[in-house]
Amino acid sequence: MSIAAVIDISLLVFLGLTAFAILKLRALFAVVMLSSVFSLVSAALLVHLDAVDVAFTEAAVGAGISTVLMLATLALTSRREKAPTRSQALPLIVVFLTGLALVYGTLDMPRFGDPQAPIQVHVAPKYIADTQSEIGIPNIVTAVLASYRGFDTLGEVTVIFTAGIGVLLLLAGFIREPEGLRVQTMDHHLVLRVVTKMLIGPIMLFALYVQFHGDFGPGGGFQAGLIFASAFIIYALVFGLENARKAVPGRAVRLLVACGVLLYGGVGFVSFLFGKNYLNYSVLGVDQVAGQHLGILLVEFGVGLTVAAVMVSTFYAFAGQNQPISDEDW
Amino acid sequence: MIAAHLPILQVVVPLIAAPLSVFCRRGSTAWALTFGVSIAALAISMALLGQVLDRGTLSYELGDWAAPWGIEYRVDAANALVLLIISGISTVVLPYARVSIAHEIEPHNQTLFYTCYLLCLTGLLGMVITGDAFNAFVFLEISSLSTYVLVAMGAKRDRRALTAAYTYLVMGTIGATFFVIGVGLLYMMTGTLNMADLAERIPAIGANRTLVVAFAFIVTGLGLKLALFPMHLWLPNAYAFAPSAVTVFLAATATKAAVYLLLRFLFTIFGTTFPTFEPTLTYLLLPLAVIAMFAASTVAIFQVDIKRMLAYSSIAQLGYMVLGMSFATVTGLTSTILHLFNHALMKGALFMALGAVVMRFGDATIDTMRGLGRVMPWTMAAFVAGGLSLIGMPLTVGFISKWYLVAAALESGLWPIAVLVVASSLLAVIYIWRVVEAAYFDDPPEGVTAGEAPPALLIPTWTLIGANIYFGIDASLTTRVAGEAARVLLGTAS
Repeated sequence: MSIAAVIDISLLVFLGLTAFAILKLRALFAVVMLSSVFSLVSAALLVHLDAVDVAFTEAAVGAGISTVLMLATLALTSRREKAPTRSQALPLIVVFLTGLALVYGTLDMPRFGDPQAPIQVHVAPKYIADTQSEIGIPNIVTAVLASYRGFDTLGEVTVIFTAGIGVLLLLAGFIREPEGLRVQTMDHHLVLRVVTKMLIGPIMLFALYVQFHGDFGPGGGFQAGLIFASAFIIYALVFGLENARKAVPGRAVRLLVACGVLLYGGVGFVSFLFGKNYLNYSVLGVDQVAGQHLGILLVEFGVGLTVAAVMVSTFYAFAGQNQPISDEDW
Repeated sequence: MIAAHLPILQVVVPLIAAPLSVFCRRGSTAWALTFGVSIAALAISMALLGQVLDRGTLSYELGDWAAPWGIEYRVDAANALVLLIISGISTVVLPYARVSIAHEIEPHNQTLFYTCYLLCLTGLLGMVITGDAFNAFVFLEISSLSTYVLVAMGAKRDRRALTAAYTYLVMGTIGATFFVIGVGLLYMMTGTLNMADLAERIPAIGANRTLVVAFAFIVTGLGLKLALFPMHLWLPNAYAFAPSAVTVFLAATATKAAVYLLLRFLFTIFGTTFPTFEPTLTYLLLPLAVIAMFAASTVAIFQVDIKRMLAYSSIAQLGYMVLGMSFATVTGLTSTILHLFNHALMKGALFMALGAVVMRFGDATIDTMRGLGRVMPWTMAAFVAGGLSLIGMPLTVGFISKWYLVAAALESGLWPIAVLVVASSLLAVIYIWRVVEAAYFDDPPEGVTAGEAPPALLIPTWTLIGANIYFGIDASLTTRVAGEAARVLLGTAS
């Protein structure tokens, strides 16, 4: 057995065990931590499949920000799952049948990595052959994501925007301004305070690198937005919500959420002025490649802005609801 | 110049308006923006329908990248009509929503409510107009997420809106996941996501078990989304507890968009020659549709909350739509598409009338309806007219739908099915009659004085009733477009 197969199989076994533990456990704190592990293992698996951009996103979303948000949810609700009141037999049968159908579906799949598989010979070869001449950036994934199928990405940003607006509507309607908030900080912990201060700068710098290096290597607006938001959330966790809001008030975050989508969608409209179709970035520069390059930079920035702002505003909305939790409770 | 960009403007105008509305400080400004956008969307979809009828299928390549490498918008008679339904209903609902939402939602939530509404409109229009299977999923997600939030906004009137929205979220997400797994498998086997390209490449592959699983996942996923019996359990509570204006909009548009996608995948993408096509339609969709017609209508008869009653009635009506498509004939598809349009008109009007009752009394149970014929004469007259249309009285759109459905059943030699369609209409007579009896033959409770709903609610309600009657008397336009759409879907267009 090749070393690659050993890695794949052990990661998959790990994934299976984690999923089973998540199902069995009633302590939700542990479940959240295990979901984070699940995401990290999936990310490792994706790296091994050479899908580094996806792995990066999975690590940032699943292992990073969603863990924080799930913990914030636990703080609002309960830390133990109630025993199910209804019979689990029917759902189990449905899950089992779905699994069987999926296994059945693998029977006629092309072999993994087969160079003659339909996905390798129809649409993809053109992306590989023409990205250099048409868009001129080394990362083909970014070229497909932000230009060839750029409208899907506009849609995805809109999905995140929708989620952000949804949280705001459900949790507060608007972000409560600082006064009257029960502020609670952790800055009396010396180690936390010092380490956080040391970390925040590099994290933000890394976010900017991921943002603007997305054309060349793995990364882009989604990942960068998440990383940037996590730096901010760490700050808010340690130094308190009030201080975070002094830096960026809730209303400003809310407007930034909208600005990212507006930037992305707005760039699309520029093509109309030149008689081109929506989202044709070629008109933005002196030649096609320069235009595409600038277009991708702008829309990726739009993505980063909305993603970061949605994460921060979601965190504000959750944290603004919290009862203070003393150190002993955690 | 603008005419060439109409397909994309149909979607990006509401899409851009959504983040813009966040900047509105007052709910009324956000409403005005939303209403303006909705009128623009209606104008665009009317222009698109005109272009399609004149010149046939329109194609728009996003970013000027040729399909199948880029994303393509593709408008033909089938989706042009659904676009018109969505933008048209939205434009009628919004004047109603201004008053009704102001009454049902906290003032500080109103701006973002309209943001969410715009997103829902964007999502529905986007998933219908696109010619790309994955793009359809992206916009399906936009419409789904915003719908869950819109339903949850009913929590001010009744906290149960939150659990209803949560159930809907779980079921809807499962449906969307099934759909995207199916699309992923299609991509794996064909290497393309473009619908027209898929339609060419799938028959070339022949019998393939992975494709069959893709088919199963897509049909199941969309079945959940359109509340096909027995996957309808999310629907009654979602419709019953959502704010009135949201119920009207969703009942008239959301499931319709899912029905359209199912039609598109079944007929255009997989096509009638696909190995599992015929067995699925004959042995799965047809029986489920018939059971839905009877089971859901029977449950509707026993509902105390009339909003829930109409929700169950919607499940039965979706049964008629699925029944029509299960015949896989031009007449059958014509009846399905006609009923998409007609049902939007009748359910829209009925839920609007109920919304007026909810606004005055806080709920719409059968007890509340007692004596309302005298208390709110115009509202109840609209309910009766809408109810007659639902039953299928001649001179209303309901009759046109039933006529074509029965004709389709007879044409396919399935006269017992035709009898069942007529018999199930009798169940509609029973549940509508319950309300009529309470409203006109009972006395209003002590202390309830006559008081009609404000014109802002009555005018949109009666506009839809007018449409029910107009398109019931002169169905030439709707039948022409529906017939054309059916031929496009079956690939027999001239």
